[in-house]
Amino acid sequence: MTALLSIRNLSVTFATGRGPFRAVDKVDLDVAPGELVAIVGESGSGKSVAMLAVMGLLPWIATVTADRMMFDGRDLLALSARERRKIVGRDLAMIFQEPMSSLNPCFTVGFQIREAMAAHLDLSRAQRQARAVELLELVGIPEPERRLKAFPHQLSGGMSQRVMIAMALACNPKLIIADEPTTALDVTIQAQILDLLLKLQKESGVGLVLITHDMGVVAETAQRVCVHYAGQQVEMQDTRGLFRDPHHPYTAALLAALPERAQGRLLPSIPGIVPGLADRPAGCLFSPRCRFATETCRTVPPPRAGAELGLALCHTPLIAGVPQRREFAA
Amino acid sequence: MLKLILRRVALTLPTFVALMFVTFVAVRLVPGDPIEARTGERGIDPERLAALRHELGLDQPVWKQFLDYVYALLHGDFGVSIVTKTPVLHEFLILFPATLELALCALVFAVVLGVPAGVLAAVKRGSVLDHSVMAVALAGYSMPIFWWGLLLIMFMSEYLGLTPVSGRMDLINYYFEPVTGFMLIDSLLSGEDGAFSAAVAHLILPTIVLGTIPLAVIARMTRSSMLEVLGEDYVRTARAKGLSPLRVVGLHALRNALIPVVTVVGLQTGTLLAGAVLTETIFAWPGVGKWLIESISRRDYPALQGGIMLISAIVILVNLIVDMLYVAINPRIRHG
Repeated sequence: MTALLSIRNLSVTFATGRGPFRAVDKVDLDVAPGELVAIVGESGSGKSVAMLAVMGLLPWIATVTADRMMFDGRDLLALSARERRKIVGRDLAMIFQEPMSSLNPCFTVGFQIREAMAAHLDLSRAQRQARAVELLELVGIPEPERRLKAFPHQLSGGMSQRVMIAMALACNPKLIIADEPTTALDVTIQAQILDLLLKLQKESGVGLVLITHDMGVVAETAQRVCVHYAGQQVEMQDTRGLFRDPHHPYTAALLAALPERAQGRLLPSIPGIVPGLADRPAGCLFSPRCRFATETCRTVPPPRAGAELGLALCHTPLIAGVPQRREFAA
Repeated sequence: MLKLILRRVALTLPTFVALMFVTFVAVRLVPGDPIEARTGERGIDPERLAALRHELGLDQPVWKQFLDYVYALLHGDFGVSIVTKTPVLHEFLILFPATLELALCALVFAVVLGVPAGVLAAVKRGSVLDHSVMAVALAGYSMPIFWWGLLLIMFMSEYLGLTPVSGRMDLINYYFEPVTGFMLIDSLLSGEDGAFSAAVAHLILPTIVLGTIPLAVIARMTRSSMLEVLGEDYVRTARAKGLSPLRVVGLHALRNALIPVVTVVGLQTGTLLAGAVLTETIFAWPGVGKWLIESISRRDYPALQGGIMLISAIVILVNLIVDMLYVAINPRIRHG
């Protein structure tokens, strides 16, 4: 398998008023052509930041480092900003969380869809217009010719997200990164948009990185799952394995918190919150909230387990829910 | 759209009524009257004074004078200047092109320099460039116009000898009939060699002096508006399309950032016309501002009242146009 996207040891640090903050800490990711990989984790776990780093869209206060960041055979780290812009928006597209504010209020929908094509593809004005109509039909917007002339404030949230999807598809990308594409939408619309995205992904064979915190969505759609916690990647497995036998206690706790797995009247939850800049533990970042935590966990940063244990970042990875003591100490 | 315009026009009516009243009263609150101002220390025979007062209607009760004035105004009659005996409107129209020419040049100067400076400062926020632009803008905003004008005359005209000290034209070398009243255009039409460059040379310093405050305001406004817009999600979307930074900043961000700036530019027309009074006086610029100052010292009530009314009408009109422009550049209002 030649990976479409291959990332090793990606770290992102923000310069803040209270010193540097590492939002993404040594994250790896591989996406094969046409594959659907999900990244899950709580808010603040660095999922979006890692993907924005791949797109090169982070603000100037962010510093991105990585051992490798290859996309489609090209090293994103070595490219100049100008060369990178030829890839971003054409082969690599992104859909954002807030569709309403992600469209420019001063320009029509049609202008914004045609713009990416004008920048990357060798199409005439009429061809771009025809393609824009085609795209709106593809994402299920009725009366596409009329909608192209509409301004974003005339569209609903679900409609806006369909436009964003059309925009992402405009140049036939090889990989789409969807950053919680349904979070800001009404519950009834969420399923529609997700179904649309998955249908288009299946039809066009585009690779898709789906950032979400909805485990139910992950179970139904993704081939592989990365679990992020506090900027670190704590586990990566194929979806079936992850749901059957999670190896990191955080993954196990996330799955146990699924409403459909609840027993009794109370929904299970993970106590505590993701550590911030000030209260980062010395050892494992999850140790304050982990029910299997030992003294070693609290003081020594955990090693990464092998692929058979889902690359879990843990001193005592679980097998069938039971922590495994390991002989070697980190 | 038409409803919007009509509503805005209707809103200006009370403004005009209040304006008529305030200028009428304020003009009369200044000690002295037109006749005393003309006779000065020589004094005047009381009978002659009474006769002249009667002639000008100044012996009437003030409320009656006001009603007469309003009646005349409603018939489009701005009265006759006490000093020159010519209709106020006629005098105003002769002088106004000079003021308009200066104000337009100052506005162009302020926008052409202010918007790019603000955009650059926002894009390079925190840099030396940003700090310098903002420091210069603050200094420009705080500088009294008359002092700034004198400094420039001393440096540019006296010391470097680059620009003329005052006036609109080099009248010793060039003379031509005004066609449009705009010196830049008339000098070109005259076909005389060097007339146009002389007109430009005369405009440089007044333009800088009058344009400095609007320049500072526009630069600061553009910067803060731009900073806000640059953090918006749609700017990120534009960058995610792989567009060049020039297009992202210059089109996607600027188009949105300009919406508040246009409002500020409209409000600056008031500043420009008020500033023109000082600037024209410093540079002996034969415009409406200088005329108003002279009218004050002559207590020329009709000229003062008429001049202020006309200038106010222009400011109100410009703001009305700006509101229309605002609708044109902001689709959310157009369809709202």
